[in-house]
Amino acid sequence: MTDAPRNLPRLALYIPEPARRPGDAPDFSGLAIPEPGALPRPDIDAPAEATRELAYGLIRVLDGDGRAVGPWDPRLDPQTLRRGLRAMVLTRAYDERMVRAQRQGKTSFYMKCTGEEAVAVAQALALNREDMCFPTYRQQGLLVARDWPLADMMCQVYSNAGDRLKGRQMPVFYSSKEAGFFSISGNLGTQYSQAVGWAMASAYKGDDRIAAAWVGDGATAEGDFHHALTFASVYRAPVVLNVVNNQWAISSFQGIAGGEATTFAARGLGFGMPALRVDGNDFLAVYAATRWAADRARTNGGPTLIELFTYRASAHSTSDDPSKYRPAGEESLWPLGDPIDRLRDHLVAIGEWSAERHAALEEEMREEVRRAGQEAEALGTLGTGPAHSPATMFDDVFKEMPWHLRRQRQELGV
Amino acid sequence: MPAMTMVQAINSALDVMLSEDPDVLVFGEDVGFFGGVFRCTQGLQGKYGKRRVFDTPIAEAGIVATAVGMGAYGLRPVVEIQFADYIYPATDQLISEAARLRYRSGGEFTAPLTVRTPYGGGIFGGQTHSQSPEAIFAHVCGLKTVIPSNPYDAKGLLISAIEDDDPVIFLEPKRLYHGPFDGHHDRPVRPWGDDPRAQVPDGHYRVPLGQAAVVRPGADVTILAYGTMVHVALAAVEESGIDAEVIDLRTIMPVDMETITASVKKTGRCVVVHEATRTGGFGGELAALVQEACFYHLEAPVQRVTGWDTPYPHALEWHYFPGPARVAASLARVMED
Repeated sequence: MTDAPRNLPRLALYIPEPARRPGDAPDFSGLAIPEPGALPRPDIDAPAEATRELAYGLIRVLDGDGRAVGPWDPRLDPQTLRRGLRAMVLTRAYDERMVRAQRQGKTSFYMKCTGEEAVAVAQALALNREDMCFPTYRQQGLLVARDWPLADMMCQVYSNAGDRLKGRQMPVFYSSKEAGFFSISGNLGTQYSQAVGWAMASAYKGDDRIAAAWVGDGATAEGDFHHALTFASVYRAPVVLNVVNNQWAISSFQGIAGGEATTFAARGLGFGMPALRVDGNDFLAVYAATRWAADRARTNGGPTLIELFTYRASAHSTSDDPSKYRPAGEESLWPLGDPIDRLRDHLVAIGEWSAERHAALEEEMREEVRRAGQEAEALGTLGTGPAHSPATMFDDVFKEMPWHLRRQRQELGV
Repeated sequence: MPAMTMVQAINSALDVMLSEDPDVLVFGEDVGFFGGVFRCTQGLQGKYGKRRVFDTPIAEAGIVATAVGMGAYGLRPVVEIQFADYIYPATDQLISEAARLRYRSGGEFTAPLTVRTPYGGGIFGGQTHSQSPEAIFAHVCGLKTVIPSNPYDAKGLLISAIEDDDPVIFLEPKRLYHGPFDGHHDRPVRPWGDDPRAQVPDGHYRVPLGQAAVVRPGADVTILAYGTMVHVALAAVEESGIDAEVIDLRTIMPVDMETITASVKKTGRCVVVHEATRTGGFGGELAALVQEACFYHLEAPVQRVTGWDTPYPHALEWHYFPGPARVAASLARVMED
C-alpha cells in the first residue's frame, strides 16, 4: 500500500434501476419499437451470424391497422387465426376465474399469464402436438391451445380428488405427458437444460419429435440457462429455446437479469445459435418465429433461441402486489398492446371477424370456464370435499415403496 | 471366470448394459474417446459408437439435466461425474428434479438414470478428490445410493442400478479401483489379483439393491461399513482378535435393516465406520436406526468411527482417514462398555 496520489476516479458500483417506480407516471417513450415488417426472414438453414439483426431487432408482423406485413407473415388461414384467438380468450377467462377462486379460498395460490397469451398459444399451434414442451409456470396457454380439459387443470389447482398429481404440487404446477407438457418444477431454469436432453434423446432415436423450452427473463441468470445453450449448441439438439421477456421477475426489472447491456436473444449468438427477437404480443410474429425454429430443428438444423418481448400485465402471482415496485397502470400503456386485441383487430381487418362475434366468443369462453369449474368443484376444492387419501402421500417416491416408507405410512395410521 | 479389477468390473457392467439395451447411453467428462480418467469407460466408444458413449462439456449440472430429460423421453442414461467432490453443481438437478420427478408428476414422468462417481479418500486427493458425500444423497427422498466394496459387487450392483427405474447415485471407492485397501498405507499396495471377490462373470448378473452382505460372521459385535471401510474393518477385526460380524451395507438408501437388526440383536453391540465426516453423516442415521430397532438388545452405546469434522486434508491424510487402529480401538471400547 502506498499513499501516492492517483489521477483515476474512484471505482463506483453500478446498480441498474427501472426508469419508473410507484408514483411515477408510466412512460415507455424510451423504448425503441421497430416498424413491423422491416426485418428479413432468412432461410431456416441460415448460420447463426446471419440472424444478428434479428437478435437485436424485433420481428413484428401486425401493424397498427391490424394488417399483416413483411416477410415474417406466416399467411395463416382464418380458421387457424380464429382457433388461436379462441385459445387466448379462453386462457384469459380461465385465469380470471382461478384468481377469483383463490380469493374465495378455494385454493392457496394462482399465477396468471395476462398479456402473454400469444406466447404459449401461438407457439403451441406452431409446434406439432407430439413435440414435448418444457414450460415454466406461465405457459398454461400451451395446455389450453392443445385442447387439454380445463376441468383437469382446475382439479390440479384445487388439489382435489380429480387431481392427477394427488395434491402433491402447488397450484399451476401442471403435468400432462399426454398433452406433451412436462411436469413443472418450482426450481427455476431446471427444465431448460432437461429439454435439451429430451431433444438429444429424440435425435438419438431417430424420432421426428422436437422439444421446446421456456424460461423467463429473470431465470436466464440461472446456470441451467447457460448449460442448456452449451449442450444444445454442442450436440445440435432439435430444441426451440424460448425466453419470455415480460420485463419483470417478481419485483426485479429485466435490467437486473442482465437486460440493459444487450438483448436476451443476443445471448444465443455467442453460442453459435440463431437467435430471433420477437414482438411477443403479435400472434403472427410469434407463430412465424416459432415455426421457423421448429422447422429448423426438425430438419437437423439444430437449436434456435427466441426472445419473446412482452409485458407481464398482471401481478407475479396471487401473493404479489406490483403497485409496490412499478407504476400503477403501466400495463395498459405497453406500446406493443394486448395480444388478444391485436389478433382480434387483424381478423376484423381481413373481414373474418366482428365486434359482435368477439363479444359472443368472450361470453362463450366464460361459459366454458364456468362449466369446467362446476365439474372440477364437484370433485372438491382445497381443504373441502373429496381429496386423495393421505396414504397416497407415500406413493411414487420410488417405483416400489421401500420398508421405511411403509413403516412411516403405518405410523401416520392411514 | 476372469479376475477383474473394480475398474474392469465397472467397465464390464457398462459393456453388458450397452449391448443388451439400446436405450442405455453413457456420457460424461472425458468418458468417450479417452475412456475416462480412471479408464472405467475404456474401449466402449470404439465398440458402441460415439452416439452411445460420448464426451460432454465440463458442466455437471448440464450432464445430469440432460440425463433427466433423456430419462423423461424413455432412455436409460448412465452418466459420470469425474469426482464426487464435483457433484455439487448438479445437486439442484439431482435433489430438486431427478429425485422428485416421479412423485411430483404422479408417476407420469420418471428419471431412470444412474450417476456414477468416484468417491472417498486414501489417495492423497486433498480436499476436492477425497470426499464422501453419501449422507447428502441419503437425505434426499427419491434417490437410491449404492456403494460397492469389491469387483463382483461393483458389476452386479451397477447392472441393478442401471436397470432400476429410480435414479441411483453409484459411488465408486476409487481407493479400491485397482486393489483392496485395509488402511495400512505403510504396506505395499495389493492388486485385486486372485482375490475371490475379483472373480467376475463375463455376462449379465445382478446384485440386488437394498441388500447388505455379511462379509465376516461373528458373535461379539456388529460392524456396519461400506466401501473402503469394509476392508479396514476386516483388518481391524483380525488385528484386535475380537469376534466381530462385519456387514457391508452395499446400498445406503434404502438400507437393509433386516440384516442389520438380526446381527445387532445377536451381538448386542454395534460400531459404525465411514470415511465421511461425523456430524450429519450416515453413521448418525445408522446409530439411530439400531437404537430404535435393538434398544433392549444393546449391551453398549453404538460407536462411530468416522472422518473428522474437517475438510479432507492433504498432508495429514493418515491422521484423518479412519484406519484399522482407530477401528480396533473402538472395538475394544465397545467390548468394555
